[in-house]
Amino acid sequence: MTQIELRGIEKHFGAVQVIKNLNLAIADNEFIVLLGQSGCGKTTTLRAIAGLETIDEGDILIDGQPVQHIKASHRDIAFVFQSFSLYPHMTVFENIAFPLRATRGNRADIEREVQAVSKTLQITHLLAKRPSALSGGDMQRVAIGRALVRRPKAMLMDEPIGALDAKLREEMRAEIKRLHIKQGSTTIYVTHDQVEAMSLADRIVVMHEGVLQQVGTPHEVYARPANMFVAQFVGSPVMNMAEVTVSEDAGHARVLVRGAPTAFDFPSSLTAQLAAAGAENGNLTLGVRPEGVLVSREAREGFVPVEAHIIEPLGSHDIIDLQVGAQMLRARTKSGFVPRPGEAVWARINPAQAHFFDSSAGTSFGIRL
Amino acid sequence: MAAVQTRSERALNRVAIAAVLVITLLFLAPIYWITSTAFKPRNLATTIPPTVIFEPEISPFVKLFTKRSQLRAAPEPEDYAAAPWWERLVFDGGEKVVRSGRGDVQLSGYPNRFMNSLIVAITSTVLAVGMGTFTAYGFSRFKMKGEADLLFFILSTRMLPPVVVAIPMFLMYRAVGLNDTHWGLIILYTAFNLSFSVWLMKGFIDEIPKEYEEAALVDGYTRLEAFFKIVLPEAATGIAATAVFCFITAWNEYAFALIMTNRRAQTAPPFIPSQVGSGLPDWTVIAAGTFLFLLPVAIFTFLLRNHLLRGMSFGAIRK
Repeated sequence: MTQIELRGIEKHFGAVQVIKNLNLAIADNEFIVLLGQSGCGKTTTLRAIAGLETIDEGDILIDGQPVQHIKASHRDIAFVFQSFSLYPHMTVFENIAFPLRATRGNRADIEREVQAVSKTLQITHLLAKRPSALSGGDMQRVAIGRALVRRPKAMLMDEPIGALDAKLREEMRAEIKRLHIKQGSTTIYVTHDQVEAMSLADRIVVMHEGVLQQVGTPHEVYARPANMFVAQFVGSPVMNMAEVTVSEDAGHARVLVRGAPTAFDFPSSLTAQLAAAGAENGNLTLGVRPEGVLVSREAREGFVPVEAHIIEPLGSHDIIDLQVGAQMLRARTKSGFVPRPGEAVWARINPAQAHFFDSSAGTSFGIRL
Repeated sequence: MAAVQTRSERALNRVAIAAVLVITLLFLAPIYWITSTAFKPRNLATTIPPTVIFEPEISPFVKLFTKRSQLRAAPEPEDYAAAPWWERLVFDGGEKVVRSGRGDVQLSGYPNRFMNSLIVAITSTVLAVGMGTFTAYGFSRFKMKGEADLLFFILSTRMLPPVVVAIPMFLMYRAVGLNDTHWGLIILYTAFNLSFSVWLMKGFIDEIPKEYEEAALVDGYTRLEAFFKIVLPEAATGIAATAVFCFITAWNEYAFALIMTNRRAQTAPPFIPSQVGSGLPDWTVIAAGTFLFLLPVAIFTFLLRNHLLRGMSFGAIRK
């Protein structure tokens, strides 16, 4: 049973502020992923929770107790490093037993605990080997074993599979998820890979330049991004963004991408919602994911003529760049739907998948159609 | 390295091997000379051309360890018969072993000087490497003001040649009574080696990822425990390499030892050449002393050879 709470955390490295007023409450058994680009402060946050980094302001609470002045060795938290950080002069067994020996448990207990955890991770056959003789995946299994063996209050993982190749990464991702479901300990996981974040997290915490951008379930973060940064950071291919002006015409809202000859049709309720949210033309950005751009090969009601510019066949689907005015709008279609680049097609934006942002502040107006 | 070699590459390789052989022989020649002279009878030591094939004997070593005096005439036959085998070797050389009034064999100055060398070199090496490792760890892991300046300052203590500071040091040592003491030399050599040890060890410790200690810290160990359980074993290679270098420096040091010591704490380096000047030199005895003097460094280096090789190529083959 471990809750972790961060209250008003601030951290500077010299003149650079790496964490700005960070507040976050993590529930027991929750799998939290800190997601952001490198240098966004996610790793520093993790290291601060572990006690490897001091903080300048704020409180870190573990089960309600402030721990920011307690040494790392007394916080009872396990840390898995990207570099695995297995001690090269010890065998796998000794590596896993190392945290247990800190508390000077007796030999038989240690032996039993190490055996149990290596059985869970299926590394029993590796116990006598040295870390240098292991593959990357096995090294990380051992590192996780070393973290799990003393049943810490919480597991902190800093890009634990970032150093592995793509195929192994996928395997280990599934393994970490399985392990979390089985062992169920409060876990904070740092990554810059949004796919990892989406697939593992109970909740994702998106950070940018030391500032928390959004906290939510993977679905929330994907479907209702709080601002333009989150919208573009999560999801692949990246969400389309275009400056637009909105007008009303014959019972329809007309959304005109800057520089485009024709406007997209939207339900009339859009104008009222935008007005209520305080949005103004000239400061309005439309965001839509490629799957929210509908493509037709013949002229249809509500569809705008566009030109297919580039086609990227990806096997399961195609990504097509459509020229709308001076902008490119990327759409996702069935594979082979548009046979050749240069072809004239018709496009429409699915209102249910449209997001509207304040162009200057970047925040979402939170409009749902 | 390419699996397939062209003809010119192969030729070049042969030339390189030949060059290495010649250089090795050049370097080994003096060592052969010293070693062979140490086992030669005295009359063959100074022949021209040098004697290469001879029957080795150990009389030079017997003479090295004992105090002797010249015989005016051949020894009495009963004395010769009563003497142990090694004493006869001295008689054969026209000398006799000096005994005390109670008949105990008097030792020469060499064994004492040799022990002094061992005491001074080992103690100062342990101190220099130990303190150097701690200091280097501090420099490597903690940020501090003026870190670069401090490191440079430490190194700058090596910039003056020993001869320049020898006289002031001698005067200071005389004032505090450290002249001709083991501790005097140990302190000097430790101070001299420390800068080197700090710099070398910092390089080695910098190579040890910080994450190892951080892992130990979150695993419930204190920083000191992490240092002893993680950093020291990881730095073993560096410690061995540094120790060898410090030991060689302290073992071979001549200038300070010559000026600071004369009897009680004198080490072997100033003692051996002093024997050349006393009367007609017996080169075989001097060679025997030099030969024994070469052994500890050779043995020490040999014992640590694996660490040393890894130490030399540190960073290049690790990982």
